[in-house]
Amino acid sequence: MSPGIDLQGSFIQLLTSLGLPPQLAKVVWIPLPLLLMLIAATVGVLVVVWLERKISAAAQQRVGPEYAGPLGTLQPVADGLKLLFKEDIIPAQADPWLFSIGPALVVVPVFLSYLIIPFGQNLNITDLGLGVFLWIALSSVAPVGLLMSGYSSNNKYSLLGGLRAAAQSISYEIPLALAVLAIVMMSNSLSTVDIVGQQSGYGILGWNIWRQPVGFLIFWVAALAECERLPFDLPEAEEELVAGYQTEYGGMRFALFYLGSYVNLILSALLVAVLYLGGWELPISVDWITSLLGLDPATPWLQVITASLGITMVVLKAYLLVFLAVLLRWTVPRVRIDQLLDLGWKFLLPVALVNLLLTAALKITFPAFFGG
Amino acid sequence: MNLSEGVQLVSFGILTFLMLGAALGVVLSPSVVYSAFLLGLTFSSMAGLYLLLNADFVAAAQILVYVGAVNVLILFGVMLVNKRQDYRKETGLLLRQLLTAVVCFGLFALLGAVTVITPWQIAEGVTRVDSSVIALAKHLFSDYLLPFEVASVLLLMAMIGAIVLARRDLLMEDPETGMPAETELALPERPRETVVSE
Repeated sequence: MSPGIDLQGSFIQLLTSLGLPPQLAKVVWIPLPLLLMLIAATVGVLVVVWLERKISAAAQQRVGPEYAGPLGTLQPVADGLKLLFKEDIIPAQADPWLFSIGPALVVVPVFLSYLIIPFGQNLNITDLGLGVFLWIALSSVAPVGLLMSGYSSNNKYSLLGGLRAAAQSISYEIPLALAVLAIVMMSNSLSTVDIVGQQSGYGILGWNIWRQPVGFLIFWVAALAECERLPFDLPEAEEELVAGYQTEYGGMRFALFYLGSYVNLILSALLVAVLYLGGWELPISVDWITSLLGLDPATPWLQVITASLGITMVVLKAYLLVFLAVLLRWTVPRVRIDQLLDLGWKFLLPVALVNLLLTAALKITFPAFFGG
Repeated sequence: MNLSEGVQLVSFGILTFLMLGAALGVVLSPSVVYSAFLLGLTFSSMAGLYLLLNADFVAAAQILVYVGAVNVLILFGVMLVNKRQDYRKETGLLLRQLLTAVVCFGLFALLGAVTVITPWQIAEGVTRVDSSVIALAKHLFSDYLLPFEVASVLLLMAMIGAIVLARRDLLMEDPETGMPAETELALPERPRETVVSE
């Protein structure tokens, strides 16, 4: 496996050659990938919102947004600007501090989780040894924010919605973590880069989805529930709970919830792509193609092509999954809260446990196939 | 002092300040909901301190277990308990608070003395571990195996206890009639409103 391009190394080398001390050069480097990832996540949300509008329109035989920009592509920008310019309202009887901190507590962990998303061997913010565990830990903070905003709104719909959201988030975290654990066991590492590295080399045949089909389904269902997407969007079920914990929110604070839910959806799709669909790997192994063409994988132009293909593959896989999620949202009816909790605790959790045990057994029996 | 040491020092100061302030808030805040949220802040800043000590896995586990599970459950408890009790003036509140303060300061002095007395030498020849997960796992499954297993038994007992408490229908048959005595373990809750059919 070729190391690929090392942007950080070359950037720091460039700055030190200009006369900066290496430490300072590193400080200059640190905010760049963070900023890039923030912008990428926000642009990704704009794309998803547009997709959601267009696909839902198609599912209902409408046209969807049409006039704002070509094919309505500027509609999400208009939405965002509208929310940005709306008056900032705190209800009279609400708790102003908790009311303001709540949305931030929901959004910040989601953005922080982008730390671990790799787009290539060196194309990530940082290759943490902690990897996916960091994501699991961070996503467990969100219920606190949901409870906070539900409670502080001083509204019974908000409180009920917040409690539902937190209950849902807690119950689906466990099958999610167990599904991830099976992957980690096969890869012998928590690091997302290592997990993709373990799937590489055999093209589409090496991807984890073939070795963990049950885990993939559990992860996808649990991820949808964590993102509060239909069929699991009970916390904000419009017909029953008005809008759940978001009822009293408007303007920028509501925009934070809105942004957070879509960023979370993209994050989950990216993680599915990384954990189960081979990350930046092409369906046909790049190493195999280069050896067939007799090229040296270390050639600079080839590395650039491989890296951009890798980024394209990650984004493509993630957006295919997002498309699936949007289709699911507009074609599947909502489950009831008791059905939701039953599914989480009485079905997904035992199945995830069995899947984990089975993976362990298979790993011992066939170490060659299950990463011994 | 180079840059990273400065960053560490500043973050240590901020985290300590946050942790102590939030912990004081937990104790002193009159609103139980504020206390519960501030407890989450205390746990999070403690995770930050672990991070400064290079214990990344412990920090993440602290967030996952204490903020994500314990604190959320406390919040659930606070928000779901349906207890309507009229506010009544407690008598002798000052004495109680004084006693509590004395006990707490005694405990603090004891722990402080232990901290001062204990020789905190860092053992020589400690090698830097690359992955704290692997190092922790090796310890957990070799020399700390017994405490690890005992802790899991403890958790199992707590879980069974919680299930027994939650399934109130299995409990307490009246010895004379053989009928389940429902009021025995009923929680002091406001009785549920019965649905009125139109």
